[in-house]
Amino acid sequence: MSGRALRRHLASRAMTAVVVVLSFTAVLALLLILGDLVLKGASSIDWAFFTKSPVPAGQSGGGVANAIVGTGIIVGLAALIGVPIGVAAGLYLAEYGSGRLGFVVRFIADVLNGTPSIVVGIVAWTFIVRPTHGYSALAGSVALAILMIPMLARTTEEMVRLVPHSLREAALALGYPRWRTSLKIVARTALGGIVTGCLVGIARIAGETAPLLFTALGNLNFSVDITQPMQSLSLQIYVYATGPFEEWHRLAWASALVLMGLVLIISITARWVTRQRYGRIR
Amino acid sequence: MTSLPIESPPRPPRLTRPRPQSLHATDRSDRIYRSVLTGFALGLPLLILIILGVLFTGALPALKRFGPTFLWTSTWDPVAEVYGAAPMIFGTLASSLLALLIAVPLALSVAVFLTEFSPGWLRQPVAFLVELLAAIPSVVYGTWGIFVLIPFLRAHVVPPLKAVLGWTPFLQGVFYGNSLLAGGVILAIMIVPYIAAVSREVLLAVPASQREAALAMGATRWEAVRSAVLPYGRAGLIGAVILGLGRALGETMAVTMLIGNRHDIGVSLLQPAYTMAAAIANEFSEATTNLYQSALFEVGLILFVLTVTVNAIARVLIWRVARGQAVGSRAL
Repeated sequence: MSGRALRRHLASRAMTAVVVVLSFTAVLALLLILGDLVLKGASSIDWAFFTKSPVPAGQSGGGVANAIVGTGIIVGLAALIGVPIGVAAGLYLAEYGSGRLGFVVRFIADVLNGTPSIVVGIVAWTFIVRPTHGYSALAGSVALAILMIPMLARTTEEMVRLVPHSLREAALALGYPRWRTSLKIVARTALGGIVTGCLVGIARIAGETAPLLFTALGNLNFSVDITQPMQSLSLQIYVYATGPFEEWHRLAWASALVLMGLVLIISITARWVTRQRYGRIR
Repeated sequence: MTSLPIESPPRPPRLTRPRPQSLHATDRSDRIYRSVLTGFALGLPLLILIILGVLFTGALPALKRFGPTFLWTSTWDPVAEVYGAAPMIFGTLASSLLALLIAVPLALSVAVFLTEFSPGWLRQPVAFLVELLAAIPSVVYGTWGIFVLIPFLRAHVVPPLKAVLGWTPFLQGVFYGNSLLAGGVILAIMIVPYIAAVSREVLLAVPASQREAALAMGATRWEAVRSAVLPYGRAGLIGAVILGLGRALGETMAVTMLIGNRHDIGVSLLQPAYTMAAAIANEFSEATTNLYQSALFEVGLILFVLTVTVNAIARVLIWRVARGQAVGSRAL
């Protein structure tokens, strides 16, 4: 090998090494965070953690039952509002979205996907908290629903587009009207993918904190009334982690582990659903 | 139909009704279906208009009172009712740029590794891990930042940095923990998966013929990447980076927990700073006077317009490479 070829060869090897090292640094960060969560959070998780509400500051014990239930209610309600709108918008993009309006809607969905969630919190505050003169879980759910819609629209569109054209043509050729073809044949075939999209969306909003700060506000007591302030795991973590007490820090780690576990379970279920439907496409 | 020589397929039941009526009926239901879907789709443009409208109306009192000086004055005094957002705008830009500086090499490496160098069996697991990184909630990053990252920076990063670069204005003052540096580093960790996921899909959209052509001309593997793959995807890669910038600009919780929340402009990375999102998060529910609240609305308006612009630019660039695909939408 001539000197020049050798140099080029070595340069290639060196750059490959750099890329590999940097990649593993990035992945290492994730492993560190997950590892710390388990190390510092797991020891504080016991039965009381899931079944009790918080005790006053300074005392030990107590749990985050109110926050877990609150997260479930706020996120569930957000999904109820956001999923139909997001999925319908996605169906529009897939079925009729080839024109100018489709282009605009698609572009806006992509742009809205990166909207700061705190700004959406301000919008929910303006429409719900200000007129009703009170913070409420409902306002939090509306904020989270708004965050979900653009994401769901795009994933639904992608999933519906994966349905083979022949299927649609077959249904239309049999005299099926277009709307029934769309709902009963195309959307049903893509159902697995749409469910995946919804789960990924739910996983993302389940961890959101910023839009809840001045909508759902947080609540130290157990509450299931959606017109009143309600605690969520994410809000609880924020309060505990930034608070002054050792005991709170312990609970912050434990709550973070629970929230992370929740998000991971939803995300992994989502992947599993996709794999069931599409095998190894992705 | 019956005169055709071949056997006709069994008719679907719907067609046994009188033909013109049936066609008319489906026509109408199709139109209804289409307009319902269109209505939902129109919700998205409407949403962006509503957000803009809400922020603008809320910001009106502050806009009238301070005009454009709001952007470059630094006083933020709720008692005297004087507001200027310069420190937050500065802090937002500075922390985001610092984050990009750290995140871009890491994220592009992950993307290049996954598409070009990785052995097949490693691709799925690494891609999955990076996607998980994107799934970690912001507040969890913040918690980790407070209890792990800051002590780590204090013990292992700041002292050597100060020893080498301590004479520069960027490393003046004492490191107490909550600082521009801590905020920037946590942001970097948070945006790596976004940039990596989008860059990866951009690189996947580069035709294999580009690589093969370079390799066939005798290029080494790195030369093929550098001279064929990266230039082909350049617009998309820049788009991915800008998308990461958009994320960093609007990121709230982790930064609020780490950046120190002080209304100050300083170039030292070791000093506390503030961002627009953090100011809204901290002060919105405490804003008692109308003007105070209005000033925060205006901060929200600036933040929204900034991120929407940045995201729009990013999308245009990405669409140029991977036309019309929802690139990275799963990770985002």
